[in-house]
Amino acid sequence: MSASLILRVSAPMLLWLPLAASLYVLLRGHNEPGGGFIGGLLAGVGLIFHAIAFGAAPTRKLLRLAPTSYCAIGVLLAAASGIPALFGAGPYLTHLWWFPDVGIVLPLGTTILFDAGVYITVVGTVATLFLSLMEEETL
Amino acid sequence: MDPVISLSIGGLVAVGVYMFLAHDLPRVLIGFVLFGSAVNLTIFASGRLGATLPPFVAPGADALAAGTSNPLPQALILTAIVIGFGLTVFALMLVVRANREFSSVDAADLNAAETPIDTAKSPIPPPAPLAKKAA
Amino acid sequence: MFSPVWFILIGTAATLAATRIPRAVVAPFGAASALALFAMALGYVGTIGDGGAITAPFWSVPSLGIAGGLRVDGLSLVFLLLIAGIGALIFIYAHAYLAGDPRLRRLVVVLILFMTAMVGAVTADDIVVLFVFWELTSLASFFLVGYDHENPAARRAALQALLVTGAGGLALLGGLIPIALAAETTSLSGILAAREAVLAHPAAIPAMLLVIAGCFAKSAQVPLHFWLPNAMAAPTPVSAYLHSATMVKLGVYLLARFNPLYQDEALWQSILAGFGIATAATGMAMAFRETDLKRVLAQTTVAALGTLVMLIGIAPDLSIAAAVTFLIVHAFYKAALFMVAGIVDHETGLRDASALRGLARAMPLTALAATLAAFSMSGLPPFVGFVAKELIYEAKLDLGPGSVALLGLGFFVNAATVAIAAIMSYRLFFGAPTPTPNKPHDPPAAMLVGPIILAVLGLIAGLLPALLGGAFVEPAAAAILGRPIAVPLKLWHGFNTVLLLSAATIVVGVALYLAWGRLVPRFKALRVVDRFAPAAAYERGLAALIALAETCTRNIQHGSLRGYLRTMFLVLAVATLATLILRGGAAWPAANDLTDPRLLLFAAMLIGAAATAMARTAIAAVLALGLVGFSIALIFLTFGAPDVAFTQFSVETLMVAILAAALLRLPLRRTDTRTAREKLGDAGVALIAGIAVALVLASVLATPFDPRLSLWFGENSAAAANGRNVVNVILVDFRALDTLGEITVLAIAAFAVAALLRKGAAK
Repeated sequence: MSASLILRVSAPMLLWLPLAASLYVLLRGHNEPGGGFIGGLLAGVGLIFHAIAFGAAPTRKLLRLAPTSYCAIGVLLAAASGIPALFGAGPYLTHLWWFPDVGIVLPLGTTILFDAGVYITVVGTVATLFLSLMEEETL
Repeated sequence: MDPVISLSIGGLVAVGVYMFLAHDLPRVLIGFVLFGSAVNLTIFASGRLGATLPPFVAPGADALAAGTSNPLPQALILTAIVIGFGLTVFALMLVVRANREFSSVDAADLNAAETPIDTAKSPIPPPAPLAKKAA
Repeated sequence: MFSPVWFILIGTAATLAATRIPRAVVAPFGAASALALFAMALGYVGTIGDGGAITAPFWSVPSLGIAGGLRVDGLSLVFLLLIAGIGALIFIYAHAYLAGDPRLRRLVVVLILFMTAMVGAVTADDIVVLFVFWELTSLASFFLVGYDHENPAARRAALQALLVTGAGGLALLGGLIPIALAAETTSLSGILAAREAVLAHPAAIPAMLLVIAGCFAKSAQVPLHFWLPNAMAAPTPVSAYLHSATMVKLGVYLLARFNPLYQDEALWQSILAGFGIATAATGMAMAFRETDLKRVLAQTTVAALGTLVMLIGIAPDLSIAAAVTFLIVHAFYKAALFMVAGIVDHETGLRDASALRGLARAMPLTALAATLAAFSMSGLPPFVGFVAKELIYEAKLDLGPGSVALLGLGFFVNAATVAIAAIMSYRLFFGAPTPTPNKPHDPPAAMLVGPIILAVLGLIAGLLPALLGGAFVEPAAAAILGRPIAVPLKLWHGFNTVLLLSAATIVVGVALYLAWGRLVPRFKALRVVDRFAPAAAYERGLAALIALAETCTRNIQHGSLRGYLRTMFLVLAVATLATLILRGGAAWPAANDLTDPRLLLFAAMLIGAAATAMARTAIAAVLALGLVGFSIALIFLTFGAPDVAFTQFSVETLMVAILAAALLRLPLRRTDTRTAREKLGDAGVALIAGIAVALVLASVLATPFDPRLSLWFGENSAAAANGRNVVNVILVDFRALDTLGEITVLAIAAFAVAALLRKGAAK
C-alpha cells in the first residue's frame, strides 16, 4: 500500500494524538465517558493510520512484540486483576481499593488493572486484524 | 415514538436477513453486520428509550439521578459491538482466505468440507439379508 | 464373609489385569477370577439358606436421588453361583477351544467384563445400578457375538442382538423411571416395599408393560425371539455362556425380581403366562426347522426361556419353585450340550445334526457327557430334570381346568424336548458312523471338564433334591414371592397323574424323534414362516430406518449455506411469532412524540441499509454500511449512551477501513446473482424475520418496565464500587467475569485471523 505525502507527513501526529487521547480516555473511564474498550479502539485507529502511511513492517517494529502477544498479555492482566481478592476480600474479581493521601486523596483500585487489560486486548486485536490483512499477499 | 422505532429496527432486520441470504460472501458479510447492528439496537431499545441523560452519577451524589438512561443494556451492547467487530473481521478473513483457495466468493462453490450428497448414488448400501446359516 | 462390593471390584480388576497378563495364561486367569467369585458366593449359602440377605452400600448419589447399594438374596445367589461357576468352566473350555487364536485375549477380557456386568446386575439393589449393568451386558454381548468380526453375518447378528436388546433396554428405562417416581426411591427393595404407591400411580400399567417389554427383548420372548438363534454366530464358548445360562436369563431374573410387586395383577399373570407358553411352543416348533447343532440348541433355549416366563406368570408357590428348579437344571444341561456341540464341531468339522452319527466309538467321553446331559434335559429319573418337569406338570395341574391350553402346549414342548435331547445324544453318538472332514477323537481334557462336571451335577442334584431345594430353590422362590415358602423337592412322588403325564411325554417324544428325519425337511420347506416372521419385520424396519436417515440427511445436511441460513431465520422468526401469538398476541405501544427529531436518525439508518442492498460496487456498499453505522452511533449518543456511541464510532471507522481494504480486492459481483425467484423467496423470509422482531420489540415496549436491576446498579455504582460511570463500573466490576470472557473471545478471534492469514499458509 502506498500513501500520499500528506498522510505520511501527518501520520506521526495521527498516531501519537490518538494514543495519548486513548490513555486519557482509559484512565478517566471509571467516572467519565471512556474506558478500556473505547480507549483500545482509539489507539487501534492510531496504529492503523501508521500502518497505512508507512506499511505493515514499520508498525510491527513500533509494536516490538507480536500483536497477538498483546491479546494474551491483556487477557492475562485482566484475569490477574481479580486474584488479590482471593486473599481475603471475597470472590474472584472483587476489586480492591486504596485511598492514599499524597496531598490529595488518590483513589487507586484494581479496576484500573482490569480496564488496562481490556485496553491492551483490544489494541492487540485491532492490530492483529489489520496487519494480517495488509500482509495478505493476494491483496 | 416507540412504534416507529420498533418498525425501523424490524426494517433493518429485514434488510440484514435479505443480504445475509445472498450467494456472494461479501454481501453475506454486509448482511451479517446489518443484522448484528439490528440486534444491538433491539437490546438497547428493550431497556426503554425515554431518558436522554447519560448514566453518570453526579459528583458528590450517591446514586443515579432520575431521568438518566438505563445503564444495563448499554453495558451489554458495548461489548457486543466490539465482539461483533472482531467476528466480522474474522468472517471477512475467512472470505479472503476462501478466495485465495478456491478463487471464488460464491458460497455454493465452497463445498470442499461438505460435499452435497449425490441423490442418484446412495452412499449407504442396502442391507443384505442375514445369512440363514450362522458361521 | 465378604461384602458384595468385592464382586464388582474383583471383576473390574480382573478385566483390567486380563489386558496385560501373558496370552498363554489369560483364559486360565479368567477361570481363576470366576472361581474366586464362585467361592465368595458359596460363602453366602449358609446365611441366605436361613432366610437372610446380605446388603452393601455401593455407588449412591444422593444429589441425584440414587439410593445405590447391592443386595444378595436367594434369587441373586442362584444367579451368582451359575454365573461364576459356569463362567469358570467356560474359561477353561475356551482355553482349549480357541487355543492359538490371536483374538483369544480380547474374548477373555470381554467375557470377564460381561461376567462382572452380570454379577452387578443380579446383585444390584438400585434400579440405576441395575440398569447400568444391564446395558453393559448388552454392550459386552455385542462384542462377543461379533467376535468373528470379519464375517458379515457375525457383524449383522451382533448388531441385531444389540438393537433388539438395546431397544428393550430403553423400554425398561422408560418403565423404571415412573416406578421410581411413584415409589420415591430408586432402591429395588424400597420399590418392592412401596408396592401400594407404585400400583396406585396413574402410569403404573404402562410402566409395567415397558418393564415386561424390556425383559422380553433380553430373554428372547415372542415376538422378539429371533435375535437369539442368529447370535449363534458367536464362538461356542460365548453361546454356551451367554445364550444358555446368563445373559438371556437376565430378563427372567428381572421379571422374577419384580414379581412381588405385580404378582396379584391379572394382566401381569396373563401376559407372562400367555407370551411364555407361546414362546415355548414357537421355540420348539422352530427347533424342528434346524439341523445346525447350535441353532437347534438356541431354539430350545428360546423354548426354555418361554417356559420360565410362563412359570413366573402362573403365580402359585409350586410354579415359582418349579421355575427356580428348571432355571438351574436348564443352565446345567444346556451349557453342557452347547459345549458338546462345540466339541463335535471342533473335532469333526461338521455341525449338521443330519450328517453326523455314531461318534461314540471315536469320542466316548464326549458321548458320556452328552448322554448324561440329555437324560436331564428329557426329564428322566433320577436326573434333576425329572424333578423340574414333575414340578412344572404339578404346578399346571394345580391351576385346575382353566389350564388345558397351558398343559397341552406344555406337553408338546416337553415331548419335543425329549426328541431334541435324543438327537443331541443318541442320534449324534450311536448307530453307524458317517464320514466327517476331520477324523473324530475326544478333545483335550480342558474341553471335557465343563460338560462332564455339569452333566454329573445334573445327576447328583437329582439324587439329592432336598439339598438343592433347601439351600437354593426355597430361598430363591421366597425372594420371587416376597415371603418364605416351603416346597420340599422330591424325586419320587408316587404313582399319580403327573407320573402318567411324564411317561406319556417320553412316549410321544420318542415318536417325534423317530419322525425327525422326515419332519425337518417339511418344516424347513414352510417358506411362509420366514416371510411373516418377526425377523422379516426387523429387516424391513431396519431398511426403512436407513432409508429415512438417508432422506433426512439429504434434506437437512444438504451442504448449501443459503439453505441452512434460510431455514434458521425462518424457524427463528416463525417460532418467535408463534410464541407471541400463543402468549396473547402482540401489544402496541402508545404513539406519542412523533415529531421527535431523533426519529430522522432511524430514517437515515434505513436509507443506508436500503442503499447497501442496492449497491452495485463494493465501495458504494461499504459507504452505505458506514452511513448505517454512524446513524446508529448518533442514535446511541442522542438517547443518553455516550460510551456506546463512542465505541460504535470507533468500530465503524475501523470497520470501514478494513472492509474497504479487503472488499476492494475481492471480486464483488456487480449485481446480486440471485434469480428473481430466489430474491422473492429471500425477501419473504426477510420480511417475516423483520415483522417478528418489530412485533416482539413493540410488545416489549408496550409492557411496563421493571427497573429493579438498573436501579440497583445506579445506587451501588458510586457507593460500593467507587465509580461514577455506571456503564464502565458494570463492565469492569459488577460483571467483570463476563467482560473477561468477552475479551477472551476477542483475543481468540485475533489468533484465528493470524492463523488463517499466516504467511505461507497452505495454498
